Amino acid sequence: MHRFRPLILAAAAAFASLATPAQAGKTLDSIKSKGQLACGVSTGVIGFSAADSQGQWRGLDVDVCRAIAAAVLGDAGKVRWVPLSSQQRFTALQSGEVDILSRNTTWSLTRDAALGLNFTAVTYYDGQGFMVARKSKVTSAKQLKNAEICVQSGTTTEKNLSDYFRTQGIKVKPVVFDKFEPSIKAFFSGRCQAYTTDASALAFIRAKEAPNPDDYVVLPEIISKEPLGPAVRRGDDEWFAVVKWVINALIEAEELGITQTRVDSLKASPDPAVQRFLGVGEDLGKSLGLDREWAARAVKAVGNYGEIFNRNVGADSPLKLPRGLNAQWNKGGVLYALPLR
Amino acid sequence: MPMPHAPRSASRAIQAIILIAVVALLALLAVTTAEHLRQRGIRSGFDFLLEPAGFTLGESLLPVEASDSTLLAFLAGLLNTLRVALPGAALALGVGVLAGFGRLADNPLVRGLAAAYVNAFRNIPLLLQLLAWYFILTDLLPAADSALHLAPGVLLSKSGLALPWWGEAGFEIPEPAGFGIEGGARLTPEYLAMLVGLALYSAAYIAETLRAALEALPPGQRLAALAMGMTPRQAFRLVLLPQAWRAALPPVTSQLLNLFKNASLAVAIGYPDLVSVAGTSLNQTGRAIECLLIVIVIYLLLSVAAAALSHRLERRSLRGSPA
Repeated sequence: MHRFRPLILAAAAAFASLATPAQAGKTLDSIKSKGQLACGVSTGVIGFSAADSQGQWRGLDVDVCRAIAAAVLGDAGKVRWVPLSSQQRFTALQSGEVDILSRNTTWSLTRDAALGLNFTAVTYYDGQGFMVARKSKVTSAKQLKNAEICVQSGTTTEKNLSDYFRTQGIKVKPVVFDKFEPSIKAFFSGRCQAYTTDASALAFIRAKEAPNPDDYVVLPEIISKEPLGPAVRRGDDEWFAVVKWVINALIEAEELGITQTRVDSLKASPDPAVQRFLGVGEDLGKSLGLDREWAARAVKAVGNYGEIFNRNVGADSPLKLPRGLNAQWNKGGVLYALPLR
Repeated sequence: MPMPHAPRSASRAIQAIILIAVVALLALLAVTTAEHLRQRGIRSGFDFLLEPAGFTLGESLLPVEASDSTLLAFLAGLLNTLRVALPGAALALGVGVLAGFGRLADNPLVRGLAAAYVNAFRNIPLLLQLLAWYFILTDLLPAADSALHLAPGVLLSKSGLALPWWGEAGFEIPEPAGFGIEGGARLTPEYLAMLVGLALYSAAYIAETLRAALEALPPGQRLAALAMGMTPRQAFRLVLLPQAWRAALPPVTSQLLNLFKNASLAVAIGYPDLVSVAGTSLNQTGRAIECLLIVIVIYLLLSVAAAALSHRLERRSLRGSPA
């Protein structure tokens, strides 16, 4: 059964993994000995992880994996991409099929506590929103009484939807699809009066999938907090620390003004923070089980967080998303890198 | 030299040993799975079934709220599966029989149309057919505020087929209101596409089965009936059809079972069936093995029940003389 396939794959992965018990602290060694990082990504979310026309994976989540590969293996190209459906993703990580799940996944208590995995850091602060047809004259989600709302299954989206309208005392009818394409096609054909998903995806859908973007509007309400970030298997603190600190380094690099092109020239910088970052002074890599140039290599491979953001989802991308919450803490956002020292 | 038959007691013993081995293997699998899940800090168990589902179904025979248990949501999903599979099976049987006869009709136009139908629908993957039906319905139908009035109180639009039916306010006539059509009963485009898609796909197979069963009868049967003075119509109804039906019954029931299993494609076009509910629950709770097991067990039980029913029908048709 076609429909069962993700479920079966997920279960098969779970069963297959049972033969080998989890080994704490071994992920980093195994990645080094294989010379490859297995990175779980989506099956195609433009801006976050999607293969381009040449088959190259691109996106914010993709660049995180590339940065980690550069820091750990010295080569951002040494990544094996494993596209995962939303139903397969946790099992694939739990079973060891991937070393890291970097797949626009919301960090929530249940997922953090009950799935045998650890979220490492937030790479994108998202929130769920709505899109409607302009001619419906709807200007607020509160006007969606009795509306039918198209939604793609397999995320926290359905629960947020029902939570939000319960608190509003409004009844709506979800029309749930398992695949992205039919869900947006149904919406654009007029089957549903609204479409809901994360705001970043709404921007993309309106810009790239709508027959005419101006016929559709994104409503002002953001009904949920969706902090997206990579997760790793529980029980391997060393690997957890590596992923967490590479992401922190990408964010810190933006704050310090270390860009992809200036990494090498900044090695001469007198700023002790920059020196530490680039491994010129103290050796921060040693505590992580890496060498002293780990952070420099990560930034040289993919740029700092700001560059990653602009290239994939921001001003230099088709999505043109504003930095919003994803700006640095001193620029009106909530990105706050833990100190690298 | 013929193989000596094992004494009955030895054969029983072998069966018992195999049974014990299979049960032990399954138990070992279950225990090992539970142990490894625990070691990895993955919560497991079926306790989530009693917790609030947190999501609602777009359409359901049971009024399920987000605060109701996940178990109830599963039940509503199962009812949705049956709601499309049972009428679908009846429709498939009706269309299948007609098309099967059509393929053997004397009129070449009828024969050609029946053959074209069977070949087209049998040779296109069902998923594509379902998507095609769905997008034909949602693309071509008018919006709810300009719905087609097929009959007084019967409205057809992008939000589906609305019919007069008993609702909260007694007998209701559906009317366009707000974002759609309110009052009465409604068959959504998702439901209609599933029903039509499943029925026409299975009917094509049923038609082929019937045709094959009729053509497999020895030609002497028909000639003998005609020689006895029956009209061709009588020969078909009294002599050929009963025999063909007996031969066709097992494959036809297995087609109807397939229809039931194919109903699991529903989530592709947004119909909230059992698999759709299981997929959503899996995502909210992370209990992959548990959710999958529930679906497997339900499908297995229903299929076994349906198979038992069809077996009884077969025995009856062999014993009695069908009218």
